[in-house]
Formats: sequence, structure tokens, C-alpha cells
Amino acid sequence: MSDKKERIDIHKYLAEFEDIPGTRVFTAQRARQGYNLNQFAMSLMKAENRERFLADEKAYLDEWPLTDAAKQAVLNRDYNAMIDEGGNIYFLSKLFSTDRKSFQFAAGSMTGMSQEEYAEMMLKGGRSPEGQRSKKGGY
Amino acid sequence: MARITAGITSSHIPALGAAIQTGKTGDDYWGPVFKGYEPIRQWIKRPGNTPDVVILVYNDHASAFDMNIIPTFAIGCAERFKPADEGWGPRPVPDVIGHPDLAWHIAQSLILDDFDMTIMNQMDVDHGCTVPLSMIFGEPEEWPCKVIPFPVNVVTYPPPSGRRCFNLGDSIKAAVESFPEDLDVQVWGTGGMSHQLQGPRAGLINKEFDLNFIDKLIKDPETLSKMPHIEYLREAGSEGIELVMWLIMRGALGDKVEELYRFYHIPASNTALGALILQPEGMDAEPPAIREQVDA
Repeated sequence: MSDKKERIDIHKYLAEFEDIPGTRVFTAQRARQGYNLNQFAMSLMKAENRERFLADEKAYLDEWPLTDAAKQAVLNRDYNAMIDEGGNIYFLSKLFSTDRKSFQFAAGSMTGMSQEEYAEMMLKGGRSPEGQRSKKGGY
Repeated sequence: MARITAGITSSHIPALGAAIQTGKTGDDYWGPVFKGYEPIRQWIKRPGNTPDVVILVYNDHASAFDMNIIPTFAIGCAERFKPADEGWGPRPVPDVIGHPDLAWHIAQSLILDDFDMTIMNQMDVDHGCTVPLSMIFGEPEEWPCKVIPFPVNVVTYPPPSGRRCFNLGDSIKAAVESFPEDLDVQVWGTGGMSHQLQGPRAGLINKEFDLNFIDKLIKDPETLSKMPHIEYLREAGSEGIELVMWLIMRGALGDKVEELYRFYHIPASNTALGALILQPEGMDAEPPAIREQVDA
């Protein structure tokens, strides 16, 4: 081989993601786990599906092969729990858009702050990265 | 021959589209954002500055691509692209009109240049593509130029490396410059800047990182392109990874660029917003009257 390339160690690459505080990176593992939850969310791109879902959420969710935890997370609109079940925020955006809620609403709901507190934090320049970059390093 | 005349970066957040739709572009919150875009809007209207074609680099947000198909780099080769219904109903904006001849030419050239493109002959375009058009062209009946949508996966890991994106830009430049028709082409890199939309760390903003990213993008993209993903994630938040797409734009402009305009503002909903006009060396467009609007 003439032009040998420098390779990234995939295990090290993936392990580093676990070191970021308060963050779940959408890796292949999460993509597999959340396949049905994310596809459910995608189905809400059709107006007729949104109507059916809003008319009877539980019945609509029962049409999908979801874990009980995933179904409950959707019913509770618990976005952290949905992400724990392999959900991805851009897929889940179909759900909060169906609810006529914004990205700021959804993001804020995951921080433990009230909507007002979260909006206020953003107005003041957002969350500082200080101490938020690395669990191990604490920087 | 076709040539690349400018590079633009822009935010593509859906809240900007919503602000336009609900008439809030002049209020206390959104006013500064639209004021920051005004010089770009004026600049691009001037004779010679309106492109014939925009290659619009963005990420699809689970609209055209679901969990069944995840292309790293895709190119829209269709005649037209409809705005996607992302749960609110489609954005009320004109269809995006493509340039299939140029798009196919770029696709072929990129594949010969070792970039294995996914070719899209039917695709709806989401806010990632249509919000930058609204921010820069306003609310016309029809978009004033052809657009080649160029979606990049930055959602499912791993996204392409910054290096790969930068090299792709260089190959796009070569592809455009070998197209026989006389066309002015701009490359837009969209998304960013620092932001995180998920988990307890949501709301992260890193102004120092962002402004340094802009400086490096202009002066030393070669070094910037080597930054690993983990650094984007730690410093710019989980969705800050979108910034790799700016390197595609930068790679398409060649070695040296002139900065015509810089806008940086916090916050736009959950994000820090950066918008730039860059011009490749040898182009001679006049800059906007205002050259910079950066939050203190």
C-alpha cells in the first residue's frame, strides 16, 4: 500500500463519548436500541397519523413493537427517558412538533429547569462549558 | 466554465422559520438576528452577487432519511424538491428548484474522486435546507436561483470527519470548475454553531470556541479540519458537530479567502448563531457596508 492512512481506534473513539457529562451520543448501539421508537416518531410526519395518535395515544403506540418503558416515556413526554430508550432528538422532534412544542421546550424539559429558567439561561449566554466537558477530567 | 464565487455559512434552526411565519422578525428577541442577516440579504441582491446555483450543505433532520437509510453524503439531482412535513405541516415556502445537469456532473466527478455519493432523485427538503434560503432570500414567490441540496449525516454516529468534509469541499470545487456551462455557484455550509439539544447538558454555548472556529476556518482550515469529533462534542455541544459541514464550504473556496462579513449572536433559541460571507481569492465582489456584527 502506497498511501497508508492513520486509523482511528473505534473502541477508544466510542469510549470517549461516555466521558461527556449529561450527554448521550447517538451511536450505532443507541440507533439499534431505538429503531422502533424513532420510526414511530417518523410516522408522525403524516397528518393522518398525527390525528390518530392524538385521538388515542396508547392504541397508536401499541401498533409499534416498543418496550413498555419506551411507550411510557412517550406518554409522559419524558424526553430524557425516550433518549435512554434509544430515541434521537431529531426523530423525537416529530413528537413535540405534533404537540405544537418547540425545540427549546423539548431541550429545556431535559435539564431539570423550568421553561422560564432555561429560556433565561439562554438569554444570558447559555450554559457555560466550564466543568461540562469531561467527567474524568472535571474541566 | 462554472466557478465558485462565494461561500456563505448560516444557521438553519426551525425557530427562525417560525419567527418569519409568525411575523416576529422585528421583536426584541428575533430582531437582532434578522438585523444581523440584513447585510447578507442586501449583498446577495447586488448585481453579480446573486448566484445561478447554490450548493446547499445541510443535515437532514430525520425527514428524508429515517432509520432505514443513512447516507453519509447525498446529493439532490432532481428537478425540484418539496418542503418536508416535519410534524407542523410543510413550511410555506417555494419548492426548491434543482439543477440536475450540474448535480449529476458533481455526483459523477465526486465518485471518480473517491467520494461515494448517494444520488437522490426524489427527496423532500426539511428546515435544514429551507431555513437558510428564507434567512438569506427572504420570502419571494420563487427562490432567485437553483439549489442543489447536499445532505450530510451528522445525526447517527459516526458522522464524516472534519478532514473528510474539507477534502470533499476541494473535490466539489474541482467538479464545479469542470462543468462547461458558465455559472456562478455558491457553496453554503449550514448549521451550528455551539449548541446541545438533549440531556441535562442541553443549552451549552461556547462563544470562545465558536469565534476561534470562525478565525481558523478562514485562516487555517487545514489545521481546523484535523479536530476530532470528541472535541466538537466536548466544546460545542452534541449538536455542535454540525460545524463539520462548514468545512465542506471552506474546502470548496480554495486556499485563501477574504472575509466579507461576520455575524455572531447568542441566543437563537438553543443555539449560538454564526453567519459569514467568504470570497475565494481572485473574486472582487464589494463587501457589505457593515462588515461585522458580533455580540459583545
